[in-house]
Amino acid sequence: MEQQEEASLNQTEQVAIYFKAFMLKNSPKSNLNLYDHLVHLLTKVMDERPENAVDVIEDLSREVKRAGLQHNQSTLRDTPPTPAIQLLAEQQKTLFTRGGGDEVETEEELVETPLPNLAELSFYLEQAGVGLGREEMQRIHLALKQLVDTQPLQLCRFWGKILGTGGNYLVAEVEYREGEEEEEDSPQEEGADDEEKEGGARDEDEEGEVAEVIDPLPESTYKPPPVVPKEENRTGVNKFSYFVCREPGLPWIRLPPVTPAQINAARQIRRFFTGNLDAPIVSYPPFPGNEGNYLRAQIARISAGTQVSPLGFYQFGEEEGEEEEETVRDSFEENPDFEGIPVPEMADSLSNWVHHTQHILQQGRCVWVNLAEKPEEDFEEEADEEEKEEEPDEPEPEVGPPLLTPLSEDAEINTTPPWSSKMSSSLIPQFAIAVLRSNLWPGAYAYATGKKFENIYIGWGMKFTGGEYTPPVPPPPQHEYPSGEEITEALDPSLEEEQALRDALEEQRAAQEEAEDFEGDEEEDDEDD
Amino acid sequence: MDSSTLYYSLELVSGNGLILSCEQKAALQTSLVILKRNYRFSRVLFWGKILGVKGDYFIAQGVTEDEMRDKKIMYSLNCIDWQLLPPPTEALLAEVSAAAMGRFVGDPSFEYEYTETRRQGEGDAAAKEEFTVKVTEEKRLAATVFTIDRDVSVVPRGALIQTPHGTVQVNRSFQGLSSLEAGNLKNYLHFTEPQHQKKKSILEMADLNPSIDFLDPLSEDIPKGSWSMQLEGSSVCVLRSLLWLGLTFFHVPTTPQHGYVYMGDGIKNLDLPFML
Repeated sequence: MEQQEEASLNQTEQVAIYFKAFMLKNSPKSNLNLYDHLVHLLTKVMDERPENAVDVIEDLSREVKRAGLQHNQSTLRDTPPTPAIQLLAEQQKTLFTRGGGDEVETEEELVETPLPNLAELSFYLEQAGVGLGREEMQRIHLALKQLVDTQPLQLCRFWGKILGTGGNYLVAEVEYREGEEEEEDSPQEEGADDEEKEGGARDEDEEGEVAEVIDPLPESTYKPPPVVPKEENRTGVNKFSYFVCREPGLPWIRLPPVTPAQINAARQIRRFFTGNLDAPIVSYPPFPGNEGNYLRAQIARISAGTQVSPLGFYQFGEEEGEEEEETVRDSFEENPDFEGIPVPEMADSLSNWVHHTQHILQQGRCVWVNLAEKPEEDFEEEADEEEKEEEPDEPEPEVGPPLLTPLSEDAEINTTPPWSSKMSSSLIPQFAIAVLRSNLWPGAYAYATGKKFENIYIGWGMKFTGGEYTPPVPPPPQHEYPSGEEITEALDPSLEEEQALRDALEEQRAAQEEAEDFEGDEEEDDEDD
Repeated sequence: MDSSTLYYSLELVSGNGLILSCEQKAALQTSLVILKRNYRFSRVLFWGKILGVKGDYFIAQGVTEDEMRDKKIMYSLNCIDWQLLPPPTEALLAEVSAAAMGRFVGDPSFEYEYTETRRQGEGDAAAKEEFTVKVTEEKRLAATVFTIDRDVSVVPRGALIQTPHGTVQVNRSFQGLSSLEAGNLKNYLHFTEPQHQKKKSILEMADLNPSIDFLDPLSEDIPKGSWSMQLEGSSVCVLRSLLWLGLTFFHVPTTPQHGYVYMGDGIKNLDLPFML
């Protein structure tokens, strides 16, 4: 019995299994199977317990099928890429937190800080119709605070903003404290030394090769013009160091010191900034360096052209008086007796404003250096030979306008005056400020009121030239060989000329023959004698 | 930008460095309302300012029915008294382009002079005659504003619609570009009569909506890269033209706020090909 039962049970089981397998067969059309569908359907019925389930079973079935069509999300959600705004916001958040957690800073610390008062700057600039918006100014203020906190600075000033095609640069002008020298210079100088060494090594190699090769290639007679040495930190164009950052909250990056070659190349090109300091500058004439160097060169040029102060605010130090008239005076100090010039006078006359940044000479430096003297120091042996050659073209020292020259002596740009000045308000002139706008460097502004003044530059970093830019022409190609008689092509003689030549030759020959005959006769005579 | 939203929209384009002082803003809020009533404009737009050596021009635009074609341009030196600029005709543009040199002076009656040599007669007997043509700065201003508008005025795609009658109107259901769309130059259009409607393929045309895509997109500008697009502050999309330095456009994605303003010296950047 039991066996029979088991057998029949097995049989029914078998049938059930077969049927289940049948139901589990996926339809090639919808990729569903009846078994799963029924399971879902019945689960749905169990869950929802609808009234008169049998009447709505078709609808339920359809609903289940339709639900299956929906895209079933997996529990793993893919994280959308964080937009740049969020990243920036995260970084800017640190600006708004008080560093260190100190509760109240002592008053001394508050006084000592070289942080500029940007709120005041922004207040005055707004009257002048210049500015970046209050919020951005506030952010920049906080960013400058961050810079001052992290670097040993003596002076810090918001220099301005340079716009670029892909991003903008905020520029801070700083001076390190005495003795706290910057480490960033040393690797670069080492690099330069290395280059020189490499160059030397290469020369030696070439010499060796030349000795071996029997028929040497002609050597180039081209001598690169001597490189104008760059000015030391804290002097001339490198008087201040500059930090830039792309957005408030992003790290401040120190710009390398500028070289005269970079300034001269920057004078000849016109390019937009891209917002990436490492971007190469593709230009003609080639610019020695990347965008960071270009930015630094433009900053130096703009500073030299547009940093102005009211007459009398600065004065020359007393120790370097008239006896040193010949050397260029490059330092000045604040005049403690400066009383301030009335605003209407400041706005009316450009002679009440003076430049307080040194003019950059044609050489690319503020202080002229005589390059002809250099070889004597460097190569004493060669000096004797070269001296004779170089002494005749001893260059005239370049002299620029001295420091604290009034703006009224600035040169015009194609009949456009270099500066426009005005009062900030014509309705309430009592409390207006004097505003100065540079036409040479569009975007450079200065204001003055009482004893206060400030310069700022917000623009694309481009000089106004008054005309269209024409790229410089490449230099003429070098002569391949000295042109002489043996290589100049002669004109073919004409028939008459040939005839004339032939006649001349004929005559000559005849004359010679005659002479020979004569001589022959004489000889004969001699023989006879 | 619309004069009624000057309060906040000027702040959004201030990254360029030039703003209006409080006094000027206050004066504009007063005088533009009066201007709107006097000329019966439906909308007054603050267009921008052009810097002169001695004074600045403030420019406003009045719109009547058609947003694109019925525009009148007014200028002012003090933000209070507005004068109508002459309509820009072909002849005026040609005159100005020949005569205008250097920076604006800031005096509407200032005259630019140039001498034109014309030939009369034919062949060797042609007699050269020199004409001196004088163009006032007011005319130059009108031509410059018109040219800037033609070259670089911007609206986001969908902000304006063309009705079946051909008039252009503000799209009241414009909700702004999504933040993804806002990053693509294709979604910004030149707000001027289409200059060079490129022949598009059928596939490209399939996506276009004739009532929205009746303008040229910025992405087809030549040279490529004559726009600088940046996200500034808290997600404001700012476009700056590199052809006319000083033109700034802003759009806050997912809101209908947009506008452009020109603040600059009114000189076209002809060096652009060298500068990219």
